[in-house]
Amino acid sequence: MSTSGASSARHVLPGFRLTLGFTLLYLLVIVLIPLSSAFVKTFTLTPAGFVAAAFSPRVLAAYRLSFGAALLAATINALFGCIVAWVLVRYEFPGRRVIDALVDLPFALPTSVAGIALTALYAPNGVLGAPLERLGVKVAFTPLGVLVALVFIGMPFVVRTVQPVLEDLDPEREEAAATLGASRFAVFWKVLLPSIRPALITGFALAFARAVGEYGSVVFIAGNIPLVSEITPLIIMTKLEQYDYAGATAVAVVMLLCSFTLLLLINWLQGRTSRVREASA
Amino acid sequence: MPSAVLTTRVAAPGGSAHASQVRTEPLWARLVLIAIALGFLGLFVFAPLLAVFYEATKKGFEVYLRAITDADTRSALWVTLLAAGIAVPVNAAFGVSAAWAITKFEFRGKQWLITLIDLPFSVSPVISGLIYMLLFGANGWFGEILRSYGIKIMFAPPAIVLATMFVTAPFVARELIPLMQAQGKAEEECAATLGAGGFATFFRITLPKIRWGLLYGLVLCNARAMGEFGAVSVVSGHIRGATNTLTLHVEILYNEYQFAAAFAVSSLLALLALVTLVAKTLIEAHGFGGRVR
Repeated sequence: MSTSGASSARHVLPGFRLTLGFTLLYLLVIVLIPLSSAFVKTFTLTPAGFVAAAFSPRVLAAYRLSFGAALLAATINALFGCIVAWVLVRYEFPGRRVIDALVDLPFALPTSVAGIALTALYAPNGVLGAPLERLGVKVAFTPLGVLVALVFIGMPFVVRTVQPVLEDLDPEREEAAATLGASRFAVFWKVLLPSIRPALITGFALAFARAVGEYGSVVFIAGNIPLVSEITPLIIMTKLEQYDYAGATAVAVVMLLCSFTLLLLINWLQGRTSRVREASA
Repeated sequence: MPSAVLTTRVAAPGGSAHASQVRTEPLWARLVLIAIALGFLGLFVFAPLLAVFYEATKKGFEVYLRAITDADTRSALWVTLLAAGIAVPVNAAFGVSAAWAITKFEFRGKQWLITLIDLPFSVSPVISGLIYMLLFGANGWFGEILRSYGIKIMFAPPAIVLATMFVTAPFVARELIPLMQAQGKAEEECAATLGAGGFATFFRITLPKIRWGLLYGLVLCNARAMGEFGAVSVVSGHIRGATNTLTLHVEILYNEYQFAAAFAVSSLLALLALVTLVAKTLIEAHGFGGRVR
């Protein structure tokens, strides 16, 4: 469409000022002013006070756990999410549709419900926790419990980003590779994987971003032992309960800056993924 | 039997048997992959869902019934419905408005606006609550003014509604923007040229075209609004019978070792989640949806 077409359309359709005005006002009141309050609040701290609040050994341990467990959970989800997406797209088996619908359960189930359910399962006397305990593996109330909760919460992201790409794949490239003598494994490695890689990375990043900030599903199963199984959002919660608002905000600002960097990265990745899909379509 | 059931879903476009064979794996590989996928989902997704209903009914039907009809549970349900009842319609209006502005007009900074709309999704729930505390808490920006007028926002239903609005703000907008972008604006321009006003154009031309997308966004928005935990946990003050939502009530019961009651209330929320998934699947059957988050 030419520029003159676009500018004349602005005159044809009404409501530009009304809708953009309401959108900006709402974002300002609900999102921007509240978020900016966090950044302004940190200026009430001296630089030394900020470092003491946001980078104390206990907080550093929480960052390590939050980012480390989120990274590991996203990796597990990338691997198994690919298999789940593949199975749902390529094979027909009883219950496939129901299972496909249930993949979104972690999005739909409130996190506190997920948290207590996972704890009941993986606690030392739980259905899954008891046999694991006999094998010498403690899940609930250890960092491993944090990992289990983060795998749960991030599971749909990889499946739902990879699934549509697998559905859209052009069968001819696979067939051509097979005709030219490639083994099934070689076809996957050299033909399929490069096609789904952008979607896979996007799903990984989304799962990671969600897991870093996750609170509800983790706090019940983690045991919340300082320096061992205490996640960053819980540190913020604890500081708030002690009325240490400035300290809580300092940790929050560190997390927000990480999240915003991730968001920009994800947007860039998604832009790339959709371009790849358009190009292959 | 298994080879009849476990057929591949990929039909060969040319119809040749060979073509479909080269695009699938031997039966044993298919079975192994399906087993891995189901094992993974079973362990991490289906087992927790079953655990909710099992733990809820373990102590018998009477305990279950008492827990879900308890006065504190009813009050929590009321607060949850209030928060979703306000947040969902407001965010629907916001989503429609944002999608109209973004998809029907050209302006600078559009991409930034789209990123800004998505912003609440990348904020940790606890931080979503914290920022409202910094605004409306006793020492917050507006704390003094609110106190002088005797208005209570923090640790009261208004804060719960606000935090819920923040957390669920992007849902409707992010469904409608790509949908309306794809549909273009030719029909709306046609209606406007023929003399239809803005609202007539929207309700008679646009709304029928986007109704499934809008419904999809509403369903997801509502599920999150009723299920939000971290953000409301910060701002609610956990006052039983007054500012407790269902998700917070679950936490309180659990921390008081009333496990059967906690899981009974959880089962209501799990049912809501299942209804959400059914609604989502039905809407997707209309050829819409399937986007992440």
